[in-house]
Amino acid sequence: MKHPMFLGLHAKPPKLLKRLLMLLPFIILISMYLYASHLRLTDNPHDKLLPSISSMLQAINRVAFEEDRRTGEFLLWTDTLSSLTRLLYGVSFAFFTALIISLYMGLYRGIESLLSAFVIFISMVPPLAILPILFISLGVGEIAKIALIFIGTFPILTRDIFLAVKQIPQQQIVKSLTLGASSAAIIYRIILPQILPRAINSVRLVLGGGWLFLIAAEAIASTDGLGYRIFLVRRYLAMDIIIPYVLWITLLGFCFDFLLRKLNFLLFPWSEEKNQ
Amino acid sequence: MDTNKINKIYLQDIEKCYGDKRVLDNIDLSVSTGELCALVGPSGCGKSTLLRLILGQEPPTKGNIIIEGSPVSFPDHNRGIIFQKYSLFPHLSVLENVLLGKRLSSGRWWLPWPKNNEWLDEAMAYLEQVRLSDAINKFPYELSGGMQQRVAIAQALIMKPPVLLMDEPFGALDPDTREDLQLFLLDLWETEKLTIFFITHDLEEACFVGSRLLVLSQYYSDDRGESYNVNRGGKIVADYQLESVVSSTEIKQNTNFKDFISTVREEGFEPRVRQHVRDFNLHHPDSFQTLTAEENRVHN
Ligand SMILES: Nc1ncnc2c1ncn2[C@@H]1O[C@H](COP(=O)(O)OP(=O)(O)O)[C@@H](O)[C@H]1O
Ligand SMILES: [Mg+2]
Repeated sequence: MKHPMFLGLHAKPPKLLKRLLMLLPFIILISMYLYASHLRLTDNPHDKLLPSISSMLQAINRVAFEEDRRTGEFLLWTDTLSSLTRLLYGVSFAFFTALIISLYMGLYRGIESLLSAFVIFISMVPPLAILPILFISLGVGEIAKIALIFIGTFPILTRDIFLAVKQIPQQQIVKSLTLGASSAAIIYRIILPQILPRAINSVRLVLGGGWLFLIAAEAIASTDGLGYRIFLVRRYLAMDIIIPYVLWITLLGFCFDFLLRKLNFLLFPWSEEKNQ
Repeated sequence: MDTNKINKIYLQDIEKCYGDKRVLDNIDLSVSTGELCALVGPSGCGKSTLLRLILGQEPPTKGNIIIEGSPVSFPDHNRGIIFQKYSLFPHLSVLENVLLGKRLSSGRWWLPWPKNNEWLDEAMAYLEQVRLSDAINKFPYELSGGMQQRVAIAQALIMKPPVLLMDEPFGALDPDTREDLQLFLLDLWETEKLTIFFITHDLEEACFVGSRLLVLSQYYSDDRGESYNVNRGGKIVADYQLESVVSSTEIKQNTNFKDFISTVREEGFEPRVRQHVRDFNLHHPDSFQTLTAEENRVHN
């Protein structure tokens, strides 16, 4: 029997078709945009809602390669740098805290009893709802923004990594004890290396949330950053800046995801194989 | 107290209950130096539970467990263990798995592991002995089940534990590999003069491997004439010395051996009791597969 190329359960698209299929949604989206933008612009050349590609390119050129008249900075790059710094701090703090807490929670029943309900409770708090509290108590500086990212990502990371620790078979722990391990050695030499690939995957998952909290915080109280810029230029409907900024954020997110996946593959080849 | 010194494992009137459920009842046992003690019994009779008690993973409800003269508290380097599954650490190469005991017991886990040629030589010697010297850089997922268990043996032996505990170590292997490893274990036991406590649910394997055969079962004729009930704990219902028959590779062709197995079967799993086993099996389809399949094989 011959496998169909595209339709049905038994379909096996050839390689070239796979590539084309992958590109198709993008092509459709872009053409739809171009068409709609063209219609609106012929109707009214000063329309701002769906700017043409060339006006977006001009805008990109302005923010990325020309000094800002007021500050003398290259806006896109300074915005990117300050946003990424916040994101990096927030997510790294969350990652290391979650790693330590979930290791101890997963291995020590006492600590599990102490913290598991609390962590679940914290994870139910909607982070954006406590944003005002953060700004009031920590001021409008960097700390509040980093704290929001931390609070938004840390509980989910903890719960996910905790599950990974729990999946380590008890036999491994018993075996390590018979090989003369101390409990610290079990945590850092047996368990930690085994859950790291899973923990990095958890980071990939919460990174989307991290961006959300970053942009929310920047939109409300900030003087630079990608989120700040988007909400600033929104006031004069500068879609020619907003759209490239959104695409840039998306691209950054995609790259981080890709890099973390590659990192996992390079550092933990045994784990990638195991999951297949 | 002298006997405690000679006996590697000494169990005194052990009872183990989980809540109301009694799993082990009245176990008295001493395993002396150099024995390869095979414990056989149907699935669910409490073999792994007994092993957890000997390891110190759980305390007995009643009774004492003494290893080399001192009471057991928690798992430690005085007992090596080989499980059926999860026997290796997936994130370590074969060599690192074998070296692990040396490294962990050096205590300095927060530093990079030191380069120690003595350890390396020793690990290589054990890997040679388990015939894996050319796989030292592979990860466990790259090895077959039989190879993994051989690495696990090297990993345990490098600690030179007074007793090696094995819980159905070859249970997941295909018959050929299994036979291969049984012979390999016997060789190792003879050359290294090990003391081994070997758990299996396969009677033939137990008889083949063991120098001593213990049958653990919850199906025994009761003095008080009580009828069988599910809440009975496993007891040691038979204890044989097998020194004369074991250690011969031709053992499986030997008719005496088959006679012997049927004798064990009659005494350890007497026919009346086996009826219970079959009834039980109907309700728990997985539990007695090996015993019944194996039973058919011997009787044909
Ligand atoms: N932690 C536990 N809690 C309750 N029952 C248990 C526990 N561990 C084992 N059991 C029961 O003890 C019996 C013996 O189990 P196990 O020792 O694993 O048997 P075996 O290894 O001989 O197949 C089983 O009926 C099992 O359900
Ligand atoms: Mg078992």
